[in-house]
Amino acid sequence: MRIVSIEGSSAIVDAEGVTRKVRTDLLDNPTVGDYVLVHAGMAIAKVNEEEAQATLSLVREHFEK
Amino acid sequence: MRFTDEFRDLKVVEAIASSLKSMADARAVIMEVCGTHTMSIARFGLKSLLPPGVRLVSGPGCPVCVTDQRDIDSFLELGKRPDVILATFGDMLRVPGSRSSLEKMRASGADVRVIYSPMDSLDIARDNPNREVVFFAVGFETTIPATALTLKTALKMGLNNFYVFCVHKTIPEALRALLSNSEVNLHGLLLPGHVSTITGAGAFEFIPREFGIACAVAGFEPVDILLGIESILEQLSNSRPTVANRYRRAVTEESNSRAAELIAEIFRPCSATWRGLGEIPQSGLELSPEYEALDARKRFAQAMANLPPTLPSVCRCGDVLRGVIMPSDCPLFAVRCTPDEPEGPCMVSSEGACAAVFKYGG
Repeated sequence: MRIVSIEGSSAIVDAEGVTRKVRTDLLDNPTVGDYVLVHAGMAIAKVNEEEAQATLSLVREHFEK
Repeated sequence: MRFTDEFRDLKVVEAIASSLKSMADARAVIMEVCGTHTMSIARFGLKSLLPPGVRLVSGPGCPVCVTDQRDIDSFLELGKRPDVILATFGDMLRVPGSRSSLEKMRASGADVRVIYSPMDSLDIARDNPNREVVFFAVGFETTIPATALTLKTALKMGLNNFYVFCVHKTIPEALRALLSNSEVNLHGLLLPGHVSTITGAGAFEFIPREFGIACAVAGFEPVDILLGIESILEQLSNSRPTVANRYRRAVTEESNSRAAELIAEIFRPCSATWRGLGEIPQSGLELSPEYEALDARKRFAQAMANLPPTLPSVCRCGDVLRGVIMPSDCPLFAVRCTPDEPEGPCMVSSEGACAAVFKYGG
């Protein structure tokens, strides 16, 4: 889910057009555009885009021969 | 959807699967600790992609499933009081207690509200000042911060009709207990991705060190799970067990310090009873003294002390949660126990091993 707006300790997140309000207390520096994992109304982690890309490139390099 | 589609890409899945097939001699029993992994593995048919000697067994990582029957009965008992509103996650609704379930109680007039976030129960309490609202706090590290924040907010709001019935549990302690007297000879553990976002991968380092078991933290898409299993098999073939982090986009080595602080402020560790695993020291949480007034176990201590004994059941969820039997080994499975007429929680929870096999096949 992607953060589309932030207000205090809450954010509106969007998952393919469905929006919901979540708490951001567990995140360092939540920013509009961040992808986050949400559980029971709280964003529990940001999705690190660079790490995601790194994993995918590694997989391609290692497995797709 | 971003960070979902890429990790479901068939070409990538096939590439990892063909690498797994080349490990044809691999022999291993791997436990997927987390119920969400159990569901994903069943849903995407991932067992069919593994070498023939590699067996996956389910573990204790389904919060509703490991909740002790006595705790469920105690919570249900509170629903008989006309002044009480029970607040629960939907997954708990159809779980059988000894004598009833939340769903059946609701049908016979109890006020049971399904909530998505623990914070929602505060709105219910505020809107019903003459009733007492009790939230059944089920869940692992992933859910605990939300309950902590809810308690903190309730105290700040000065609510005097809101209580938490805390049955939260922590995963590392349960794994230590499980591995210490394992009836199953496990070689690898697929570690829970969401729990690890809170605990950090480092919380599980004692497992390879003390038990020599190969571990991988994994996400929940097919590529994530296959990468985790591949890492475990690789570790086993090199005889170098470690905790590999295969969910780096969400999990770091260290714990989430904000969550750790919040949890330490509101809760303190205590002994907890797990279905299937029994009592495990330091594996549960109780409200710290500052929050005692919001503790349902204290507020309703009398009612719980007078609770009739838990009825014995032939349900074998406990054995499924330890990986001792597969769901289909249970004589009740799909005969006397189905999602419509469940005998135990593993058949009704969206993270239950029996529900996964019933829905998608073994």
